[in-house]
Amino acid sequence: MQKFSGFELFRRALGGHKSWQPQWRNPEPKAEYDVIIVGAGGHGLAAAYYLAKEHGITNVAVIERGWLGGGNTGRNTTIVRSNYLFDESAALYEHAVKLWEGLSQDINYNVMYSARGVLMLAHNHHDEISFKRHVHANRLNGVDNEWLTAEQVKEFCPPLNITSMRYPIIGGALQRRGGTARHDAVAWGFARAADSRGVDIIQNCEVTGIRRNASGAVEGVETSRGFIRAKKVGVSAAGHTSVVMAMAGLRMPLESYPLQALVSEPVKPAFPTVVMSNTIHAYISQSDKGEMVIGAGTDAYTSYSQRGALHITAHTLDAICELVPQFRRLRMLRNWGGIVDVTPDRSPIIAKTPVPGLYVNCGWGTGGFKATPGSGHVFAHTIARDAPHAINAPFTLERFRDGFLIDEAAAAAVAH
Amino acid sequence: MLIITCPWCGARPEVEFRYGGEAHIARPADPSALTDQEWADFLYNRTNPKGLHAERWRHIHGCGRYFNALRDTVSDFFVTTYKAGEPRPDIDASSGGNP
Repeated sequence: MQKFSGFELFRRALGGHKSWQPQWRNPEPKAEYDVIIVGAGGHGLAAAYYLAKEHGITNVAVIERGWLGGGNTGRNTTIVRSNYLFDESAALYEHAVKLWEGLSQDINYNVMYSARGVLMLAHNHHDEISFKRHVHANRLNGVDNEWLTAEQVKEFCPPLNITSMRYPIIGGALQRRGGTARHDAVAWGFARAADSRGVDIIQNCEVTGIRRNASGAVEGVETSRGFIRAKKVGVSAAGHTSVVMAMAGLRMPLESYPLQALVSEPVKPAFPTVVMSNTIHAYISQSDKGEMVIGAGTDAYTSYSQRGALHITAHTLDAICELVPQFRRLRMLRNWGGIVDVTPDRSPIIAKTPVPGLYVNCGWGTGGFKATPGSGHVFAHTIARDAPHAINAPFTLERFRDGFLIDEAAAAAVAH
Repeated sequence: MLIITCPWCGARPEVEFRYGGEAHIARPADPSALTDQEWADFLYNRTNPKGLHAERWRHIHGCGRYFNALRDTVSDFFVTTYKAGEPRPDIDASSGGNP
């Protein structure tokens, strides 16, 4: 792997930048691997990277139906935070934030992690007591989160309109270590780092079946480019998890919904932080390119169409225009939908399955991007050791049978 | 926005409706006889198909009644809608139907 550095950039500039190599290979699939990861999004690529780096398992293939990073990794609103209410969730997301902080150095790729703060707005008494509960729970778990008064909110994020609106802002919860990262760079960085350790990333190769032997254990996967043998298969297929798991005969506690987002035309730096509002449903941040990145809600119905209805985005823009009146003149550049797999308790599943050799990382619903490095890290551990890491041990498939739900549904930043 | 045909009221815009999830999930006849896994299947596990999906809708800003629909989850095309209690129509996605 060619190491990226300021010196290398300078040196190769002298040669007209002609000596750069492709960042990853485009190999033909081998007949057999130790581990196959289904889905080359951020989570799958991160799992492959940590399998190679931390567990010495380098005979790994990541199989992708389309292009790497072309699914939800390239469709999200790039927000990173860990201010979740319950102990299990706080531990999982905080694990990810700690990895985010050193990720660019670790994988020698600038993922542009920017700890600009995530500010959640309170518009009524219920919001206030709920957020204060979060603040206290987070501090007990070692996760930074603090309560700001309305005046402090205005001071931290001056573009906000805090008074002349239908639901005035009465305060907010701020996680200063939260922020954003460059979503594509996360996929590319993990792909390059995994590839350099010997992982094969096989794009444009659709998994069409999961083959099991007489005892029920996984033997490999059928793909559009033939059968590929592997004793361990990790499914990291986001919105299509139900479809892939059905190939192994498993029904999942998942429903797939379209989740929309949109960006404005790029403008000069005008918005210093990430702002989220549950009550009027809006979240917004500014990308380093200058676009306002705005998240809308999920549509009401399950779908794989990767698009949603206009009234969902219009509703979010109503809220944005109230929150930041100066953005009323911004023109929206693009909007799109991603398919998110939602669990009944809104917490992910990172676990072994009843099928020997089959592992699943799914159910991230509307907020998987923030967890990318942490999720890949513990999923790799689960696959390599055939046992969960302490952090993902509560996030089993069996929790729905045994009643140990991690009910973040009522605790999410925005209601989806 | 989808146009949904309520079996009682006819074609109306999506905002008049509430989605009710997967259809034809019958409450267990003898709840105390179920194992924990069977309860998990009833409560949480869903088919979530990529293709035809039988689902419940409620015309909450209209007649207020529940009904069922067959919708293609790839195109969001409604193949048909039918009244609650009727069996799932035996048709496939390619056969068209009311939009």
